[in-house]
Amino acid sequence: MSGKSRRDFLKTSAVIGAGVAGLSTSTVKAAPKNILSEDRMGVLVDSTVCVGCRNCEWACKEAHDLPAGDLQSYEERSVFKDKRRPGTKALTVVNEYSSGKNSNLPVDVKVQCMHCDHPACVSACIVGAFSKEENGSVIWDTDKCIGCRYCMAACPFQVPAFEYDKAINPLIMKCDFCFNRTKEGKLPACVNICPVEALTYGPRTELVKIARERIKRNPEKFVDHIFGEHEVGGTAWMYLSGKDFVELDFPQLGTNPAPGVSESIQHGIFAYFVPPVSLYALLGGIMWITKHRKELDEEEKS
Amino acid sequence: MNREEVNPIPVKHKYFTPGVIVLMIIAVNGLVFLMGRFFLGLGAVTNLNNQYPWGLWIGVDVAAGVALAAGGFTTAALGHVMHREEYNAIVRPALLTAMLGYTFVAMGVFVDIGRWYFIWHPLVMWNGSSALFEVGICVIIYMNVLYIEFLPVVAERFIGKVKLPGFLSGLNRFVDKVLRLIDSDLSKTMFIFIIAGVVLSTLHQSSLGTLMVIAGPKMHPLWQTPILPLLFLLSAISVGFPMVIFESLLASRSLGLKPEMHILSKLGSMISPLLGVYLAFKLGDMFIRETFVYLKEFNTASVMFTIELLFGVIIPLRMFLSPKVLKSPLFLFIASALVVFGVLLNRINNFVVAYTPPYSTESYFPSFGEISVTIGFMAILILLYRFIVLNFPVISLPGLKTAQPTKYTIKGAKK
Repeated sequence: MSGKSRRDFLKTSAVIGAGVAGLSTSTVKAAPKNILSEDRMGVLVDSTVCVGCRNCEWACKEAHDLPAGDLQSYEERSVFKDKRRPGTKALTVVNEYSSGKNSNLPVDVKVQCMHCDHPACVSACIVGAFSKEENGSVIWDTDKCIGCRYCMAACPFQVPAFEYDKAINPLIMKCDFCFNRTKEGKLPACVNICPVEALTYGPRTELVKIARERIKRNPEKFVDHIFGEHEVGGTAWMYLSGKDFVELDFPQLGTNPAPGVSESIQHGIFAYFVPPVSLYALLGGIMWITKHRKELDEEEKS
Repeated sequence: MNREEVNPIPVKHKYFTPGVIVLMIIAVNGLVFLMGRFFLGLGAVTNLNNQYPWGLWIGVDVAAGVALAAGGFTTAALGHVMHREEYNAIVRPALLTAMLGYTFVAMGVFVDIGRWYFIWHPLVMWNGSSALFEVGICVIIYMNVLYIEFLPVVAERFIGKVKLPGFLSGLNRFVDKVLRLIDSDLSKTMFIFIIAGVVLSTLHQSSLGTLMVIAGPKMHPLWQTPILPLLFLLSAISVGFPMVIFESLLASRSLGLKPEMHILSKLGSMISPLLGVYLAFKLGDMFIRETFVYLKEFNTASVMFTIELLFGVIIPLRMFLSPKVLKSPLFLFIASALVVFGVLLNRINNFVVAYTPPYSTESYFPSFGEISVTIGFMAILILLYRFIVLNFPVISLPGLKTAQPTKYTIKGAKK
């Protein structure tokens, strides 16, 4: 099948691409790294393919040294009763929704960090602990973080989680796009384990093409919307669905990057320090003039 | 006029009263919960979670704390920059409040951040696009400016009276000399710090408003607007004088002094125009973005917004226009307290009420521990204020001639 072989090709090229990206990672420390590479990677999640086996949850925990338990235990489907969110115990979770009109099969949606092209967390972080890497991943530096949790307030997808139960060294936790694995040329753990190939890893531009193709070939199966293609300026993780995304608990977001307004205000106030310095000069001028006038008045009086 | 006629003196009054004991109990209660936060983690004491990362401590201790310390820079601008010397009697108390206020803002940040031992990181790890970084840096610098502005008060208290205990007494003359040196150097250079203080204040008061802009649609449209920084700045400027009046009347009542109505009334008459500008922008923003439609719904957001605007802005605006209010200590106190309450509520609304995360299952309400720490900090602040005005020359006693000359003038002005 051509689709199958193309997917294999994508996986291979992705691995090579990720390897190259990993090698060229520079070590800039002054300002947060915020690279928007042409070749950045992404993942296409086809929620019509996902069967809700939750193997990705297990693989993710294994890859991030979180207590994962037995893979068999993930067959338990009672967890779908509640809608879960990624947190400090699991960086990705799968939620299940009823399918509605077309079939009796449920719709399963994997949730994790979307790895925005213009991440709010990178813009917001007070110490620049977040960075957007060349391979598309948005990662977090534990050595810088002061635990202010502004990233959590800023994130449009409400993804970063904080270890509230720890008094010392609490971590901000979120999907890191398996940065350490992709650096070595491996696939992200969830993509690697997915038995039904609901997750496709590859260059983001290619993924958009694939997604369009799938919608075109099966217009009755999909809603005509790739979630993440344009949302908040585009995300590395993108979703296809047979159901309206709002019904699957995706937030309704515009196409403007999340940090856009805030950054233009910030840069406006601090345009080359001209406004603050002008204000300083202005106040100095007023201070001098009022003082001068006062002295003139006093001279007149005496 | 020379320095010897300087009016502010340490107030003679006993420290302990039943009220002070109550404040101490509240403070100790807060400190107990604070220990829980440091030994067991934020989750043990607060109701914060992954949906609500910021709560009472950021909304009140930090955001409202910064706003209510605005009396420091507004009176500095009035007294020192504009040389309105008739207001000099209130500059020092306002400076003291600002200094203590900012110290407690820093304390609030210290207890709220998960890794308090990394609080110095923003000094060396910069992120220019972050509004929080700008707020942090400005607050740190401004706090130091406030300490410098307060140094002459310390110098004035101890010059010629340095009496170190025991074996340190040999250093008396040296310390006295250092104090005199600081005092004379600062008198010449203070204008630099005073102007810097005003600039730094306008910067971070507004950037505090930029903070929540990035939260975008997670914030209720009644509050989320690109002009949030301007609204924060305008509300900070308009709460400065009411806060000074509020605490001046409270202090004179508590310390058995006659309220300085001649200054406070004049100060009060300036508040209406300031509140008016703030109200105009607030309403203008509401009509341009057509957010008044949300006021037709009956929910927490619309009720809180209405209370904030009606009781915090419109009613005190009308009150300050009335000469009767300006002449009566009681009405002046009520009107000022309303503005203070309005800005406090506005900051709570912006950071807590307006924030509606997309996946929350239940809404946030501060825990008993969070409330205890917040009011505990306030109690400690009041106790410190009381201690300082009883021991340092801060409050000018009415009855004596109040005209302390502006001590700090810009250099280069004709002598």
